[in-house]
Amino acid sequence: MKNKANVVVIGGGVVGCSIAYNLAKKGVKDVVLLEKSYLSSGATGRCGAGVRQQWGTKQNCLLASESMNIFENFADILQIKRDIELKQKGYLLLAYSDKELEQFKKNIEVQHSLNIPSVLLTPKEAKEIVPNLNIEKLVGAAYCAKDGHANPFQVTLGYAEAAQRLGVEINKFTEVKDIKTKNDALLGVQTNKGFIECKKVVVAAGGWTQNITKMAKIDLPIYSERHEILVTESVKSILDPMLMSFSYNIYCQQEPVGSFIMGYGPENEPHSYNMESSWKFLETMSKKATWLLPPLKNIRIIRQWAGLYNISPDRQPIVSQINQVEGLYVACGFSGHGFMLAPAVGILMADIVTGDKLTYDVILDLERFNRGEIIEEPSVV
Amino acid sequence: MDENKVIICRCEDVTLKEIRNAIREGFTTVEEIKRVTRSGMGPCQGKTCGLLIAKEISQMTGKPMEEIELQNIRPPYGGITFEEVTKGTITENDK
Ligand SMILES: Cc1cc2nc3c(=O)[nH]c(=O)nc-3n(C[C@H](O)[C@H](O)[C@H](O)COP(=O)(O)OP(=O)(O)OC[C@H]3O[C@@H](n4cnc5c(N)ncnc54)[C@H](O)[C@@H]3O)c2cc1C
Repeated sequence: MKNKANVVVIGGGVVGCSIAYNLAKKGVKDVVLLEKSYLSSGATGRCGAGVRQQWGTKQNCLLASESMNIFENFADILQIKRDIELKQKGYLLLAYSDKELEQFKKNIEVQHSLNIPSVLLTPKEAKEIVPNLNIEKLVGAAYCAKDGHANPFQVTLGYAEAAQRLGVEINKFTEVKDIKTKNDALLGVQTNKGFIECKKVVVAAGGWTQNITKMAKIDLPIYSERHEILVTESVKSILDPMLMSFSYNIYCQQEPVGSFIMGYGPENEPHSYNMESSWKFLETMSKKATWLLPPLKNIRIIRQWAGLYNISPDRQPIVSQINQVEGLYVACGFSGHGFMLAPAVGILMADIVTGDKLTYDVILDLERFNRGEIIEEPSVV
Repeated sequence: MDENKVIICRCEDVTLKEIRNAIREGFTTVEEIKRVTRSGMGPCQGKTCGLLIAKEISQMTGKPMEEIELQNIRPPYGGITFEEVTKGTITENDK
């Protein structure tokens, strides 16, 4: 392991790997990435892996569609051989009230201003796309055929591989124990395998980010929360798009290999680092899923697990420098959409670290909470 | 022995060759190999392949078997249908 670096990136999830790659691509030398376990061992390897462009704010639409462009051309852009198993069979967002449908209409206008090919559907049209869908109580739906799914392990490893080819040193099973500072400037990072001297540190440690910035005496306004998820045995394809409802609270999609993957947002979940599975989740999920898609009832659930959402005050990412400590940066607070935004976030963070003009016209800085400029995104799960 | 014909994970059809390639690429834990090859992701959750993969890792890296961690086994162990889960739990309120 190097004992001196230009930039140390903490966290080997999809965000950290994308940042490391984009820094190297911009020509930054001596980038070192540290991961306490294996790559994608955090939220990235535990996520639903859905990628959607149907957002309600212009900046989320922009980041999601730019990321989708990268997913679509991943192997070419990164010059790697990995197949990220991109499936673009759409996201079908379900509306169960007129109010919800009105919101979808407004969102679609924003989406169209950025050429995202979304459409509004009647329940009957929704059923044409998903013949097995229970359309009882359904008022309408929004659909974008270009949304979908990608394999989070392969995406993360793809970024890692491309980063290494550009000179990034990746150290797996290397845990950050301390961040040393002097007079509000960085001296370096202490790991379980030695000290690395550096002036710039990017913390992309998912649900553990707030613990790491505390090492540099920075308290971030974020917290972590358990989200559970399950997967079934593989069966023949009966569901093309990701099904998602904000009010009924569910997401469910059939992966290219044939297994269904699904979850919902927990209620009254305490802030914690708990990643244990619960019987209650299995029970509620089974009821929800079989109501929505009745043929599921005969399919076997084979595995359930949990991961951490890292949540900011407006449930939107923080991609920012930290003003109090020169050279310290964070990419965190991704809630349930860090996987799909990671390609664009990597580019943005590389701009911030190198001091270049931002590639995208977006506001994701930490200071927005002090300015009272929270991002009002109506479409989060 | 033809590495291409020896199946290590029967649920997901993963061959010995694929496992060895993953180890050569630097994935030297059972959890990592699961993620790059899908071995152990099927219905049996790696009951057979987990140990076989650990043995390959041990042989190729020289690390003793006792030091190689097996994959996490997750609930519901054995597999259960959605209907089996919901059957016992529907209350009057759900009807
Ligand atoms: C159940 C669930 C479903 C989701 N579904 C979706 C979805 O469908 N679509 C979507 O876009 N997003 C989804 N998400 C969100 C998405 O998974 C996250 O936003 C994203 O993976 C965050 O990536 P990351 O790289 O920031 O964090 P992580 O993947 O958590 O990576 C952080 C890494 O930092 C490492 N680390 C922590 N502490 C240290 C330390 N001290 N030293 C060294 N390394 C350290 C961890 O081991 C970890 O690997 C879901 C999340 C969950 C939990």
